[in-house]
Amino acid sequence: MKIGVVTFPGSLDDRDAQRAVRLAGLEAVALWHADPGLHGVDAVVLPGGFSYGDYLRAGAIASVSPVMATIKEQARGGLPVLGICNGFQVLCESHLLPGALTRNQGLRFINRDQRLRIAQKATAWTADLADEVTVPVKNGEGAYVADERTLDELEAQGRVIAYYAGGNPNGSLRGIAGISNAAGNVVGIMPHPEHAVEHLTGPGTDGLAFFTSVASGARV
Amino acid sequence: MTGPAVDTVEDAAASALAEQPFVELGLKEDEYERIREVLGRRPTQTELAMYSIMWSEHCSYKSSKVHLRQFGAIPKGDRMLVGMGENAGVVDVGEGLAVTFKVESHNHPSYVEPYQGAATGIGGIVRDILTMGARPVLVMDPLRFGDADHPDTARVLPGIVAGIGGYGNCLGLPNIGGEVVFDPSYQGNPLVNALCLGVLNKDRIQLSAARGVGNVVVLLGAKTGRDGIGGVSVLASATFDEGGPAKRPAVQVGDPFTEKLLIESCLEMYDADLIAGIQDLGGAGLTCALTETAAAGRSGMLAHLDRVPLREASMEPHEVLASESQERMLAIVEPRHLEAVLAIARKWGVLATAIGEVVEGDRLTVLWHGETVVDVPPASLADEGPVYDRARARPADLDELRTRQLPAYPDVTADLLLRMVASPNLCSRRWVVEQYDRVVLGDTVLAWPEDAGVVRLSEETGLGVALATDGNGRYTRLDPYAGAQLALAEAYRNVAVTGAIPIAVTNCLNFGSPEDPEVMWQFAEATRGLADACTALGTPVTGGNVSFYNSTAGAPINPTPVVGVLGLFDDVSRRTPMGFQEAGETLLLLGDTRDELGGSEWAWAEHRHLGGTPPQVDLAREKLLGEVLVSGSRDGMLSSAHDLSDGGLAQVLVESGLAKGVGARVVLPAGQTPFVQLFSESAGRALVSVPRSEELRFTEMCGARGLPCTRIGVTDGTSLDIQDVLEIELEQLRAAYEGTLPALFGPLAGGTAAAPAGPALLRPAADLETRQPDLG
Repeated sequence: MKIGVVTFPGSLDDRDAQRAVRLAGLEAVALWHADPGLHGVDAVVLPGGFSYGDYLRAGAIASVSPVMATIKEQARGGLPVLGICNGFQVLCESHLLPGALTRNQGLRFINRDQRLRIAQKATAWTADLADEVTVPVKNGEGAYVADERTLDELEAQGRVIAYYAGGNPNGSLRGIAGISNAAGNVVGIMPHPEHAVEHLTGPGTDGLAFFTSVASGARV
Repeated sequence: MTGPAVDTVEDAAASALAEQPFVELGLKEDEYERIREVLGRRPTQTELAMYSIMWSEHCSYKSSKVHLRQFGAIPKGDRMLVGMGENAGVVDVGEGLAVTFKVESHNHPSYVEPYQGAATGIGGIVRDILTMGARPVLVMDPLRFGDADHPDTARVLPGIVAGIGGYGNCLGLPNIGGEVVFDPSYQGNPLVNALCLGVLNKDRIQLSAARGVGNVVVLLGAKTGRDGIGGVSVLASATFDEGGPAKRPAVQVGDPFTEKLLIESCLEMYDADLIAGIQDLGGAGLTCALTETAAAGRSGMLAHLDRVPLREASMEPHEVLASESQERMLAIVEPRHLEAVLAIARKWGVLATAIGEVVEGDRLTVLWHGETVVDVPPASLADEGPVYDRARARPADLDELRTRQLPAYPDVTADLLLRMVASPNLCSRRWVVEQYDRVVLGDTVLAWPEDAGVVRLSEETGLGVALATDGNGRYTRLDPYAGAQLALAEAYRNVAVTGAIPIAVTNCLNFGSPEDPEVMWQFAEATRGLADACTALGTPVTGGNVSFYNSTAGAPINPTPVVGVLGLFDDVSRRTPMGFQEAGETLLLLGDTRDELGGSEWAWAEHRHLGGTPPQVDLAREKLLGEVLVSGSRDGMLSSAHDLSDGGLAQVLVESGLAKGVGARVVLPAGQTPFVQLFSESAGRALVSVPRSEELRFTEMCGARGLPCTRIGVTDGTSLDIQDVLEIELEQLRAAYEGTLPALFGPLAGGTAAAPAGPALLRPAADLETRQPDLG
């Protein structure tokens, strides 16, 4: 199975996402923001970083890049897409997911190992996850916000895939760490599962399950 | 808009006697005369500005050069591929790879404008590493501030930390460690040092020399503006700037996104072998880059200054040459590769402009709209600046300081230990390091709170590096020769406890004014001590930086040589962490504990006392300790290892226990009093924990090699229990250790309590109060 990882100017965790894909036993394919072609990949990861410097709003310029035009179209047709951190911001700016990510409560960048309570496993990216996982969080604009009705809907429809556990690092409303679209093929998550794929370099290997999930989904 | 007519070389030749503001530009009479001698005429205004910058202390190292030569005499070993003199030294690490690393200061800008000063400090050191042909892979930042509770520290520290994070995080470079030290001598003059390390194939080292007549000089990156013209602030005086815009801030403004694109585009150009020479633009901007590349290549160079893309059209030639606008590089490119270079720049959205060429001869000629404003031998600026052997005098107060009686030693109580671990220099740095991305790139094996940062270079083999920086201004104040050696010894030990073999050194020498003989004596002693110690430990100096004029209201900072040690791992998976891993491990104290509390953290934290003599230096012992720690790691005998330094054994027992919440039962050996055993700062020591099954093997190894090794207890429970002295629950220690910086600088993000997240606790981010970092 081939997983595309998009590099925007200013993407930082793109090679890390590729490594996670490889460690999950899948093939990583580098995609370039200016190239609208997806090169036959079966799923796409939008990695973390500061695309275009995040100088307008985080993810805003990336959302109108040539590659995103294709991804938006194919995501509506069921292509599995995982947005991590800046990738989550891109998905919200692209209106593939509702809400927005704003400046952290406290206004400071925060990097720590974060526990997450997994709330929804019936998506393309979360099927193999344990009930609780620990992965690093690292963001400056990670506070998930949406209006009350949207938040109620997300929770009622089971579209919150993960809540922060053991403290909310950035002031996300209702402690939301990640959400999916209604079909479950598009998932955005603020913490970084690709940084929890090796005991040597991460808090554990809980994050690998995000990447193995998409493979099991494809086999179904 | 056009400025006043420029002063051309023709004008200069015709008006030899014109008055020139060389004194205002910081040049001495004899220096000015030498410039006239070199040129055979008076310099043009633009040339004068260039000489004043390049012959400044910052660029010419004119006061330090005679002392730094000692570093060149240290045996190089067989790993050094490029030594001092280039932008950063390069060290062979095997498997066809090399690393380049260097630490630099950005002290004064960070005091004036904390966020941008610190941010551009990161940007500058990263470009130094990029210039060598390497991909930057990590940063570290040794920081020093005034008293923790001083109001100005509350202004400076949050901005500096946010600036380092803001720039480094956006570049995608993990910040794997550093230092935070508080001392009133840094009030009004904080030290912001930044270290970067990069990796390259060892056959792809890039050098700065401009060679090959006809090769094109290409300026890459940001447009050039009036920011950062201030190293020589009088440039904005009426003489030079009539009719021009008002003075601009002397602190540069950073744009990490542009730097990220510059990094990726340069690396792609290196990979395609398109670059004949390259130099970053840092201090002294284009002046430095043009003269250094031409001088290094022993080439002539012609630059069309009016082709430089400007932010402000009204800039004068001397401003274009002096601007320290960030995120720029100067590349020397063969004409046949020019189109490929421009194409890569376009791909990454990086501005690239051909501004000149390498020419016959040995003159640097700069044209401005067809007129010659500069015609100089580049080596006269880059290499042949003045050199001074300045007057030195042993500080008049040193004898009094060194014989100052220490306060009476107290009995050890739980309260004393709690106060010590909560003291500003010993408490948790979580408030700072949580603002840094420590895991990006996915190769960080160890970072704070470990003694050294460890980063993997090869996923296939586990090849990796360890890095630590240390410096102790109090020790160096009391004895600059020993203080510099203790800084090296501590960084060396911090690297060795992880299991890495220390192989090379970089340094940032932060001192007061070189025109003060007492400061110059401190500098001479510290460099002599460091050079001697590097020779003894077999760790050559690969490069570094000198920062003088760190003083406020005439009072110099404590002399602060910050020493960075690079260690090498054949396989990072054998790294030794600093925390106790589980109950039942045997605790062994390695080395000798003496009654050494002069300049100690205890004397300072409890009594604001600075006096006596620093701990004794025994480099042979440091080397032996390092060898034992590396062997222990190789043979899988160690569960944990932690260096003993500031705060002594007590601090280490607390930190190693808190790491994973594993307590300890300790029985202090007979001999010294419990106070001395727990708080002395004797060098050459480490605390290790070993599984019971390895205890005999490890202690026999120590015995065979002659390293003192004392069994002092066992890991157990959830408290620190020191028999007949005290028992404290780890959670009580944790509260004290973690509480200090949040109490001073604001709560940690999201708190640390395990409170359930829920809507009732939360408000939209926009409503929240907060301590806005100083964004300028």
